[in-house]
Amino acid sequence: MQLVLFWIFSLLMLLSAMGVVFFRNPVSSAMSLVLSFIALAAVFVTLDAFFIAVVQVLVYAGAVMVLFLFIIMLLDLREEKRRRVRLSAWLGGGLVVGGFISALLKVVLSLPALLVTKPAMSHPLANDIEQVGFNLFRNFNLPFQVIGVLLLVATVGVVLLSKKELK
Amino acid sequence: MPTLAHYLIVSGLLFALGMAGVLLRRNLLIIFMGLELMLNAANLSLVAFSRFNLGPDGMPNYNAQVFVFFIITVAAAEVAVGLAIIVALYRAKQTTHVDDLNTLKF
Repeated sequence: MQLVLFWIFSLLMLLSAMGVVFFRNPVSSAMSLVLSFIALAAVFVTLDAFFIAVVQVLVYAGAVMVLFLFIIMLLDLREEKRRRVRLSAWLGGGLVVGGFISALLKVVLSLPALLVTKPAMSHPLANDIEQVGFNLFRNFNLPFQVIGVLLLVATVGVVLLSKKELK
Repeated sequence: MPTLAHYLIVSGLLFALGMAGVLLRRNLLIIFMGLELMLNAANLSLVAFSRFNLGPDGMPNYNAQVFVFFIITVAAAEVAVGLAIIVALYRAKQTTHVDDLNTLKF
């Protein structure tokens, strides 16, 4: 059952990720990306990471994708014109991606330590939100505050970048 | 039951698709979407490792999930700044096609 769910959602994720790369219309790509993010959240649920799954839907499928769609609409991007395909770019890209995939398969399939099934947790229905929050505020308090500063800097930067004229 | 290798291969394929988007597409926004896919692939392998390597108390390693939380935050900030840069570029050049943005080309 778990395996079936895993394959359904990961195939959905990979197919819609393929759609992001191969659709010509940016709006179709963005919609495909939303589907990919939601399927990825489902894959997180199969890993018992409920908090991460919820954050994935809220932040990625919600906030980030709204921003993407907003910008696509704002810039009024139409379907890309077919330009001369540059063979060297496609060849180089295909070579890098193909090499990466073959190296990955070789390494992952050659390690018997990776062919283990999920070990059972001691508390199968543990509250992972509590655990992550505890860890975040106890062990990672400084990084948490630094990331707050990062968000502030990003906000200020966006406001500055969006100004018509810098004084 | 899916094994750790299943998750790592799916994560690697997702990363490869994101990389293909960055390398093959010429639209800045699509390149950005490819970057997001690559970040998500990294998140997936982190969560998979955390679930498959239980700690001494028999629970997943929640440090990895905190790390994923940080990655998601950084990605959100990156998207905001990057899209603002794209809008500024579009205002200056009226294009988001990388072949038309060659002022810095040697």
